[in-house]
Amino acid sequence: MSQRIPGFETLAIHSGAQPDPATGARITPIYQTTAYVFNDTDHAASLFGLQAFGNIYTRIMNPTQAVLEERLAALEGGTAALAVASGHAAQMLVFHTIMTSGDNFISARRLYGGSINQFGHSFKNFGWEVRWADVDKPETISSQIDERTKAIFIESFANPAGFVTDIEAMAKIAHDHGIPLIVDNTMASPYLVRPIEHGADIVVRSLTKFLGGHGNSMGGVIVDGGTFDWSASDKYPMLSKPRDEYAGVVLHETFGNFAFAIACRVLGLRDLGPAIAPMNAFLILTGIETLALRMQRHCDNALAVAKHLKAHPKVEWVEYSGLEDHHNHALMKRYSPKGSGSVFTFGVKGGYEAGVKFVEGVEIISHLANIGDTRTLVIHPASTTHRQLTDEQRALAGAGNDVVRLSIGIENVDDIIADIDQALDKA
Amino acid sequence: MDHDHYSDAYIGSILTEVKTVAIIGASANEARPSYFVMKYLLNKGFEVTPVNPGQAGKEILGQMTCASLAELPGPVDMVDIFRASAAVPGITDEILAMQTLPKVVWMQLTVRDDESAAQLEERGIRVVMDRCPKIEFGRLSHEIGWAGINSKTLSSRKPQLGNGFQSFGIRK
Repeated sequence: MSQRIPGFETLAIHSGAQPDPATGARITPIYQTTAYVFNDTDHAASLFGLQAFGNIYTRIMNPTQAVLEERLAALEGGTAALAVASGHAAQMLVFHTIMTSGDNFISARRLYGGSINQFGHSFKNFGWEVRWADVDKPETISSQIDERTKAIFIESFANPAGFVTDIEAMAKIAHDHGIPLIVDNTMASPYLVRPIEHGADIVVRSLTKFLGGHGNSMGGVIVDGGTFDWSASDKYPMLSKPRDEYAGVVLHETFGNFAFAIACRVLGLRDLGPAIAPMNAFLILTGIETLALRMQRHCDNALAVAKHLKAHPKVEWVEYSGLEDHHNHALMKRYSPKGSGSVFTFGVKGGYEAGVKFVEGVEIISHLANIGDTRTLVIHPASTTHRQLTDEQRALAGAGNDVVRLSIGIENVDDIIADIDQALDKA
Repeated sequence: MDHDHYSDAYIGSILTEVKTVAIIGASANEARPSYFVMKYLLNKGFEVTPVNPGQAGKEILGQMTCASLAELPGPVDMVDIFRASAAVPGITDEILAMQTLPKVVWMQLTVRDDESAAQLEERGIRVVMDRCPKIEFGRLSHEIGWAGINSKTLSSRKPQLGNGFQSFGIRK
């Protein structure tokens, strides 16, 4: 291969995947094995000591998973990646690597409801404090940063309405304070937005959504941007100080610009254990091969549906950044010129009751708690994903009681619109 | 020579042609990056001589350590520098005083001195700076992908199998 830089679609098909050297199998095999034979004790010692590349045990690494990881690192423009059991597992490992009890991080308040729960409740048990901020008011971030603040966390396209966040502005605040910016890129996918190019240091995402894309496999990933200097302060001892269990190895010194991904694997994944199943890694890999085609269709269909809803007499409002008169449109165009994603919200006239009737009236569209599937999905966040939140928290998260969230699929768009229309008639 | 970007062909030709390496700054401490690199290169079949005055006369990874380049028992194809950039001009003088010049001088990650590189290149020596031969070997053989690291290579061809399980080589 010459030194030309391959395009996104090429990386999505080829990154990480060579033919199997023994059989010539072109598709990455499902390595459904728990462990790997050592050549001898010295080989085993090299692997355990991180001195050789290779597999030991599938809780820590697996060859099918490794192809997925390299592909995601390539697509996001990172140095390395770690695939895990879910997007939530990815977030847990990221924070496990940078936080100790008594530390805090700043998070955008406009967030996936599951993340709001994870950060606000479960993390509290570890002594990790989340400080909520409004990304549209950067001063609410800076004013909460202190010497125990370890990171800023945002979503590229924020749940549930899909607003794009000004990633470069967030990166500047983080870096001015000597902390990394972590971006959840689940709703955009690297086809639309690559946060590392805009200053993010770490990308996390659920692979369950657009990457796998077919609603069949759970997975998550951490992508290391390779951009953050973990040794510039004493804030990140897991990376900058010797590790006793690895004979005193300093991970950042030894692994340089992919040390964060290595640390998440050899410390977090090793000890906390949320490994991805090889079968899921395989299914997600297959999904990624068509990501560019699917994502473009998702966006095109979503724009057509949003325009239709905007003109519909039974619709109160539509929050889709792809609409030209939307307040988030200019920022969306800047970060994501190819499209505005496929997840957005609208309000049916008649509020909560009408929203419930709409969700229960669809015939082809599926009423379920997921996004980023080939099929069109609908949910009423107030009664599901954001149910555990207070009314005030829901409103702040953009998931108020009258909100209906759509994740537009890649069916024929006329059929999607027809189903919406008949359900609106019943609402 | 553009020392900001190296082609895979340039790095690959060095790593397939070089057979003998002297590592300046090789450590006997198994937690040090230089120990990692030396062990990896030995496993890949390179003959490696550690150069470290503090360890002279002792073995590192079964290889006898020399105090300086001048004391190497014979010629080497490559000198690999595990020292700070500030030490490179002095090392360059030592390299240029060797009876048989090496074909390659390699400087590890963060190590770079453009003036020294120009001096070495003037004498026909190929130079690599701010890179790690273990990472580059792992990248071009694609072993590094097993750790989820972006090799930045694409290939539909048969990987070169090395010795034993889990070992790839670099295609010439």
